[in-house]
Amino acid sequence: MQLNIEVNGKEIQARRDETILTALLRNGIRVPTLCSIKGLSPNGACRICVVEVEGKAGLVPSCSHPVEEGMKIKTHSPRVVKARRTILELLLSNHPDDCLYCERNENCELQDLAVELNIRERRISGKKSKHRLDLSSPGVVRDPAKCILCGRCIRICDEVQGVSTLEFVNRGSKTVVGTAMNRDLNFSSCISCGQCVMVCPTGALHERSNLDDVLDALNNPHQKVVVQYGPSVSVSLAEEFGIKAGKDINGVINAALRKIGFSYIFDTTFGADVAILESAMELKKRIETNQFLPMFSSCCPAWIKYAEQFKPEVLPLISTCKSPQQIMGTIIKSFFAPAEGINPNEIYSVAIMPCVAKKFEAQREEMTQKAISDVDAVITTRELARLIRLYGIDIHSIEPQQPDSPLGMRSSAGKLFGTSGGATEGIFRTLHYYMTGKEMQQPKIADLRSNGAIKEIELKIGNKKLTAILVSGMGNIRPLLDSVAAGEVKAHFIEVMACPGGCVNGGGQPFGSSEKDVKARAKSIYEIDEVETIKVAHKNPMVTDMYERFLEAPGSDLSKKYLHTRYTKRDVLM
Amino acid sequence: MRSRIESLLENYAHTKRDSLIPILQQIQDDLGYLSEEAVVLVGKHLDMPTSQIYGLATFYNQFRFEPKGKYHVQVCHGTACHVLGAQPILALLEKMLKIKDGQTSRDGQFSLQVMSCIGACAQAPAISINGKFYGKLTQERLKDIIDELKQH
Amino acid sequence: MDSHITPIDQEFFTKLLNAPDPIAASFAEAATLEKYRRVKITKPVIYVGLTSSSEVAGAFDTYNEVQRYLTETGVDADVVTVGSLGLCSFEPMIDVQLPGKCRIVFQQVTPEKVSPILDGALNNFIPTEFALGQYRQSIHQPWPGVPYMDEISFFHSQRRLLLQNCGIIDPENISDYLSRGGYTALALVLRKHTHEAVCRIVEQSKLRGRGGGGFPTAKKWLMALQAAADQKYFICNADESDPGAFMDRLLMESDPHRVIEGLAIGAYAIGASKAIIYTRNRYRLTVERLEKALKQAYQLGLLGHNILDSGYNLDIVLRKGPGAYVCGEETALIRSLEGKRGMPESKPPYPAEKGLFGKPTVVNNIETLANVPTIIQKGGEWFAAIGTPTSTGTKIFSVAGKINSTCLVEVPMGTPLSKVVELAGGVPEGRKLKAVQIGGASGGCAVPETLNVSIDFEALVDVGLNMGSGGVTILDDTVCMIDMVKYFMHFIQKESCGKCIPCRDGSRRMLEILENITRRPVNENGHNTLERFKGVIHLESLAEVMRDTSLCGLGQTAPNPVLSTLKHFREEYEEHIFDRKCRAGVCRDLRTFYVDVEKCTGCTACARKCPTNAIIGTPRSPYFIIEDKCIGCGVCQDVCKFSAVFFK
Repeated sequence: MQLNIEVNGKEIQARRDETILTALLRNGIRVPTLCSIKGLSPNGACRICVVEVEGKAGLVPSCSHPVEEGMKIKTHSPRVVKARRTILELLLSNHPDDCLYCERNENCELQDLAVELNIRERRISGKKSKHRLDLSSPGVVRDPAKCILCGRCIRICDEVQGVSTLEFVNRGSKTVVGTAMNRDLNFSSCISCGQCVMVCPTGALHERSNLDDVLDALNNPHQKVVVQYGPSVSVSLAEEFGIKAGKDINGVINAALRKIGFSYIFDTTFGADVAILESAMELKKRIETNQFLPMFSSCCPAWIKYAEQFKPEVLPLISTCKSPQQIMGTIIKSFFAPAEGINPNEIYSVAIMPCVAKKFEAQREEMTQKAISDVDAVITTRELARLIRLYGIDIHSIEPQQPDSPLGMRSSAGKLFGTSGGATEGIFRTLHYYMTGKEMQQPKIADLRSNGAIKEIELKIGNKKLTAILVSGMGNIRPLLDSVAAGEVKAHFIEVMACPGGCVNGGGQPFGSSEKDVKARAKSIYEIDEVETIKVAHKNPMVTDMYERFLEAPGSDLSKKYLHTRYTKRDVLM
Repeated sequence: MRSRIESLLENYAHTKRDSLIPILQQIQDDLGYLSEEAVVLVGKHLDMPTSQIYGLATFYNQFRFEPKGKYHVQVCHGTACHVLGAQPILALLEKMLKIKDGQTSRDGQFSLQVMSCIGACAQAPAISINGKFYGKLTQERLKDIIDELKQH
Repeated sequence: MDSHITPIDQEFFTKLLNAPDPIAASFAEAATLEKYRRVKITKPVIYVGLTSSSEVAGAFDTYNEVQRYLTETGVDADVVTVGSLGLCSFEPMIDVQLPGKCRIVFQQVTPEKVSPILDGALNNFIPTEFALGQYRQSIHQPWPGVPYMDEISFFHSQRRLLLQNCGIIDPENISDYLSRGGYTALALVLRKHTHEAVCRIVEQSKLRGRGGGGFPTAKKWLMALQAAADQKYFICNADESDPGAFMDRLLMESDPHRVIEGLAIGAYAIGASKAIIYTRNRYRLTVERLEKALKQAYQLGLLGHNILDSGYNLDIVLRKGPGAYVCGEETALIRSLEGKRGMPESKPPYPAEKGLFGKPTVVNNIETLANVPTIIQKGGEWFAAIGTPTSTGTKIFSVAGKINSTCLVEVPMGTPLSKVVELAGGVPEGRKLKAVQIGGASGGCAVPETLNVSIDFEALVDVGLNMGSGGVTILDDTVCMIDMVKYFMHFIQKESCGKCIPCRDGSRRMLEILENITRRPVNENGHNTLERFKGVIHLESLAEVMRDTSLCGLGQTAPNPVLSTLKHFREEYEEHIFDRKCRAGVCRDLRTFYVDVEKCTGCTACARKCPTNAIIGTPRSPYFIIEDKCIGCGVCQDVCKFSAVFFK
């Protein structure tokens, strides 16, 4: 059904039951918004999107008001502009003036809006609310002073991630975004997925930066700084430097890291390949003995924390294999260092991840060998961009280079870990080999590549039918976990990625990316898989070499000692 | 404490979120305040995140998270009470009890709460102490009342 | 105090209500009904007005004293609880009715007056100094020297449709309500009318919402009736929360069944099988009375399954709001019932389409619903003839503040506002009426010149006021208007839900501006004056944006007190800003203190306490205060034993 409405004196077509805002946007008319998030229903809280509708007493929020036949709308009348400016000035009157020092400087929706509405002086001033900075979590920092109470973080945490750590607390001008009983974040149910950070329009939520730790290590002559970067980082960094979204700049990253002064540069994908071998072997054994099924993936640290808190009953079902980051960390300090004649204590191991929860994972007690952390510091894709800028490196003119040997080589199966379904695809390629002794004729499993929130896939290995379930977006897992705990799920493998779409959409990725950009990243990973010669992890010669020299074989006692762990119930305020 | 809350929750078996407020009200009637334990138990009972229970409870005037004092002093601050001198009454109370709205004194003797309007405008300014009302209050009378309570 | 209806009574009333025309039947049974109305009695009856208002005046002590008196003296008399007559300043009140004599009302009966009054009254001697009036009962003998109630101007100037039973009947006994035609409207509706027909009668009455919005009631009902759904809800908003408004509470406490009957009719009109009364937890007595009333209505089969054999089922539950002003807004109220933070939501969709649990829901204020039984009994046209063409019926106001008689009055729409002030006895002697604040925290001020405005939704808006829910505060010249506005803004700021920016931060900044105007700055110079002046300009522009863009009615109307006072009391703002003077002497910081040389003994107490050493002098001779150094803290006045310190 079509409706005719008049906007700024021009007739446009609208669809019945759509909001004014959607009609405007579809017709190329821009109205600023602040509290709305794509994919979630409007809540009309910020009032920035108000428009003037003839015949209505007050201004109307375009995000939530449906179009009506013959509506006459003004989107930028003096009354509207004045209202928007006043609303923004009110927000700014309670906002710190430290833009220059802010995490989100130049990347802030509030700042952009102030520019758009041409706010050039502090017209409204008053007492600012006093808040305490919450630095308790290794992953996410809460700076309530910068919070504009748009509620996006609350909604993503509750409606999309199903974690519900955050909620509005108190009322009126005393309202804050808080946790249960106003506890610090590390006592809360937060899983550090970082999706709240991704939707926060200001610097009120951001990652706990480890950049300074990395810089200190780089400047320390007694330390060898080894770096690894996650599979999805190479296809996500480009956007930070104005390069087309999704472009794989693997070589450029190697070159830049080397220039910055990292002693050894490795690709976490190597660790992912090892994880594939270990997980495939573990899964094969579980299928053979028909025990501890379905096996849950263990590569996502936010998911692990979720399970520990919300459903400890399923912990025994989670693969005991560490995540690729931690596998890399272990191998670097326990295998690479001795092999190269370096004292592991002298190594400072840095991981660059698309993820905030990886920061939490790196400092878990389980992730140490003889009291030495497997990974010393984790920085996000965003922090990597800052590091590159800090060292004055021009990404555009730098010559691509290879990573270091021996942990630089990878298969494209490991690279797939960057997307939802990728871990399953990689593991099943190797599982096929382990179970049948033969390679898959067509390694690409297209069924695993569509981006759904939850998906069940049947895969045939030999004459055995196996079922895998993919879950991405933590909010989709609750009913599944209940069924698993009740023993009603007959699947063999369940891959869980906390972030919708997997690591390409991780909480440590560049800000302001569109859905299209995220898709481009995944597409780029699939393209790498198309052209790569080594498509299965067990054919990565460096991995095989590592096993020969160090861990004997996947699933061996040695690999259990170094690469596997167990998790226990975690008591937090749920 | 735990068993008391649990037995109280039994009255609300198979209820959903819409009984959250009645549940919290009953717990507060019983315990005098909402303890962290209570919030956690209610969360488990209703299968709700505690953050949302806490968020809800902090929204409404009724709920408190620390016990009331032995003497719970409520000051009406409706319009009539305001124009007839509720402000000085409140100021005097804050001075005498050394606590502010919503607080409980350290010795647990007094707690103070400002009410929006108790609807007894003819008796303005009015306060109540443990449910007993005192209307048409003057500074002098208030002083006597509080001094007397402090003796106990 | 519990009065349970006997099976015989129950049978009688059930039969009455099951008559083909219950209204006609109740006329036919007038003689029997008189028994329940205590027209003819065999032993003395003492009525004690017990409401949340009289409770504070000590009515429960009076009640206990009456009981004690009767036990001690051995007098055989019934003690009956009644509600409020609306004369709050005359509380506690007791009525005494002797067989064959008119029921007489005594005022301000504090416990110590109980014995002298009852000693007299029970022995046919009236202590007239305590008597307020007596009810005209033609078959009984009047008391000499006591006016009839209907002669008292407070009562005869009102039109008490909603309050007709208040203070007269026992709110805890359903037969009192039934004996006055109660529930006949519900019985009639269930027997004779379709859902839509009920809506049409209300449409004809032109009844408009009494919560403040003035939205046509029937329009809401029809919208919900026409919405297709497996479940509909009807909610009675009884969460009265405007500061200074107490009419809903007293109505519910004095005549709870009227509200329940109205609610049941409304629920039937939209085809809802579930209804909720949302009142406030801390209104203890209201909750108690409503709970009792609901229980009795269920007991008589007036609620529940297959009401009066009509096939219609209705459950009414009582929910106790945990306290938030914003829950008076219907979408916020609905969120609260769902167990969420009471934050309003954008409309459309309207609750009548998508309300409680996503189902069509009507939310009506209790006063709106209390009108419904009468409308059904007497017809829409009859009701529409009361008041003005667009604002029909009556309106209850609670009048308080700087007034001789804090009271509850019910007047026809169209009555001049000045009449309400007059009914409340005007301002105390020697004072001047300054303004009449109407509409609570979101209302405005009528000044003496506009006081003859007609009480009518549109007429009030024309002079920049709004009806509000019925709270009226009278302000005299001892009240500072800036302080008043600051009070309301403080309230709004505290009660704003915090969801939308204009209301949350706008109210906060407006409050700060007002605080700046009334605060004594540390260093007074031109710049500060300019800042304060700029503040006032911001007040107006902030007010405009708040009204234009806030999500719900709370924010949209919150600037009203500011706008209204800026209009009528601009010079008072200017005095505060430029002259640093508060003419009413309310703004503490702006006071300048002086020492009365006649009274000062030179005791040095003030000089020793002054935090800025602004008081100098020689001991044993009068001291004086250096104006420039004085910060207006008032410590000197507090410590002076000779009342020698005063301020201007």
